[in-house]
Amino acid sequence: MAAPLSVEVEFGGGAELLFDGVKKHQVTLPGQEEPWDIRNLLVWIKKNLLKERPELFIQGDSVRPGILVLINDADWELLGELDYQLQDQDSILFISTLHGSRIGAGSTW
Amino acid sequence: MCQVGEDYAEPASEEPPPRQPGREQKCVKCKEGLPVVVIRAGDAFCRDCFKAFYIHKFRAVLGKNRLIFPGEKVLLAWSGGPSSSSMVWQVLEGLSRESAKRLRFVPGIVCIDEGAACGLSPEARAKALAEMKLILQTVGFPWHVVALEEVFDLPPSVLRCFAQEPVGTEGAYKAAVDSFLQQQHVLGAEGAGDSPSLAQGEEQLSWPCTQDPQNPQSPDRPPTAAQTEALSRLFDSVKTLTAKEELLQALRTHLILHVARTHGYSKVMTGDSCTRLAIKLMTSLALGRGAFLAWDTGFSDERHGDVVVVRPMREHTLKEVAFYNHLFAVPSVFTPALDTKAPEKASIHRLMEAFMLRLQDQFPSTVSTVYRTSEKLVKAPRDGCAAGPPGPRCLLCMCALDIDTAGLCLPSPGCSEEGTGEWVLGFSSPLVPSAPLYLQTVPRLLGLRLPCICPRRSPPPHRPLHPAVLQGWGGCRAAVGGPGPARGAALLSQGGPPSPRHRAAVLRLPCEHEGLALPGPPAALHLGRGPAPQPEGLHRAADPGVPG
Repeated sequence: MAAPLSVEVEFGGGAELLFDGVKKHQVTLPGQEEPWDIRNLLVWIKKNLLKERPELFIQGDSVRPGILVLINDADWELLGELDYQLQDQDSILFISTLHGSRIGAGSTW
Repeated sequence: MCQVGEDYAEPASEEPPPRQPGREQKCVKCKEGLPVVVIRAGDAFCRDCFKAFYIHKFRAVLGKNRLIFPGEKVLLAWSGGPSSSSMVWQVLEGLSRESAKRLRFVPGIVCIDEGAACGLSPEARAKALAEMKLILQTVGFPWHVVALEEVFDLPPSVLRCFAQEPVGTEGAYKAAVDSFLQQQHVLGAEGAGDSPSLAQGEEQLSWPCTQDPQNPQSPDRPPTAAQTEALSRLFDSVKTLTAKEELLQALRTHLILHVARTHGYSKVMTGDSCTRLAIKLMTSLALGRGAFLAWDTGFSDERHGDVVVVRPMREHTLKEVAFYNHLFAVPSVFTPALDTKAPEKASIHRLMEAFMLRLQDQFPSTVSTVYRTSEKLVKAPRDGCAAGPPGPRCLLCMCALDIDTAGLCLPSPGCSEEGTGEWVLGFSSPLVPSAPLYLQTVPRLLGLRLPCICPRRSPPPHRPLHPAVLQGWGGCRAAVGGPGPARGAALLSQGGPPSPRHRAAVLRLPCEHEGLALPGPPAALHLGRGPAPQPEGLHRAADPGVPG
């Protein structure tokens, strides 16, 4: 049983285009049977926040390659990636490094 | 290793990951700090060590190559994106350090407003521009904001290949640095009374005021509606996204170089990161630019002669750039680009990016392996070109033509099996009177499939051509019709609208052009199938003069 959690979900690098241009979302995750981890959070985001083109953000049960995830300003690889258990007041940041979000302008510069 | 797909997903997840750095681990460098980022495969760095590592890499790349001489004027190409913003920030920090390690060149920034090509509304463009100017003013270097529409006003001189400056030897670089340091020492001794400002290191960098008043093209003068309209028409006439991206890149390059030449900059720095260059290398291969990989992805690019393009960010991966920008608050501006929100298969660039990133996800050494391979590419001088005058060049990318004009294969009529292609031959340039350049375009085909050179079934047509006409024939190889729709797609129409059948999509220069230089029956093409990465539908003829 997981109590409701309040977390801040932020998008950068152009990923915010898929979320109506809104970068920061303060969300309250409802209480549920399984504990909240990143995997469940992604499902929740896809259902509730993602406005369009889910395939540009999520691939399978993880994020698309090219999207970095920072949990409390630390690399999610250090924290277990999808299996990290969310705590109250955590801050999850998704930064897109894909060219489709105008990163580095690709070619010559 | 080359296959990315479901086949590998299951085995990968069954085995435990090789090394999963946890938060309990300490930073691999200082062994004390709490790690915040994982670089490469498993090296966890703490915040301070990461910063030191990042900055050190930037300085090391510049120092190792020794191409930028003290006091030289360097133009930083800034798009607003993370990589170029990070580069600008590194230069800013590097210029403000204590004197021994300070960077020693004179920077300027150029920013190209590409809103018209991307279909942005004037309000969106103005908004993005305002954000950019805010950052430019914070940075404080002289800046130039140029709209892409100004490419129509470029003088023909941009297409002329200037004489290559001799590359400085080791000795020359060292001598330059020594004399520069001596100069500073003298200045320092003379101005000992004004030590605070000297310590800041501003005295030797005599750059003009930050508003850049000498910029003749005032940033506040927006491009005319007619120019914007012409640019939109130009990009609309290009059918595939791949071709649009290549065209945009070519125009952007010409514009940046023009700005550099006008204002006396001898070097241009671009923010290409390691990941981007690895993707670019693979994309270039798919587009038929294999011959020019060393210039396209190397540290320095001297094809333009007087202005050298350098890539100081080429050892930083996008992940490192994104982390650094977030952790240390580097400002950047997001502007939608040509392929924002485009699906994966919309263009070769996007496809290759998805391929590489997906591979990188499962095999974390992919990008670095491709990068390391690109480092081994050597720029082989063309025969006789090093000593003598430069040979004919492609109009778009300014690379030397790698077509052997003697063995040129023009597709003969009757080779087509489906559809028709039209070879529209371009103009003759008055700039290089002895070697006119031509641009072949296959506008109608670009929207359909990749063109290719079909097997020769008849001897090359004997056209009544002036010998001088054939001498500098063609765009670069990919434009001839190899797997390079992008190359062949490049057309610049100045002013006149393309006719319905696209026959009028001919390259024109402002100076002069009268009609087609090579009249002849339209030749048909054998059409290949599918995008370049899957070559089963492409027939590559064993053309003697066309290198693989």
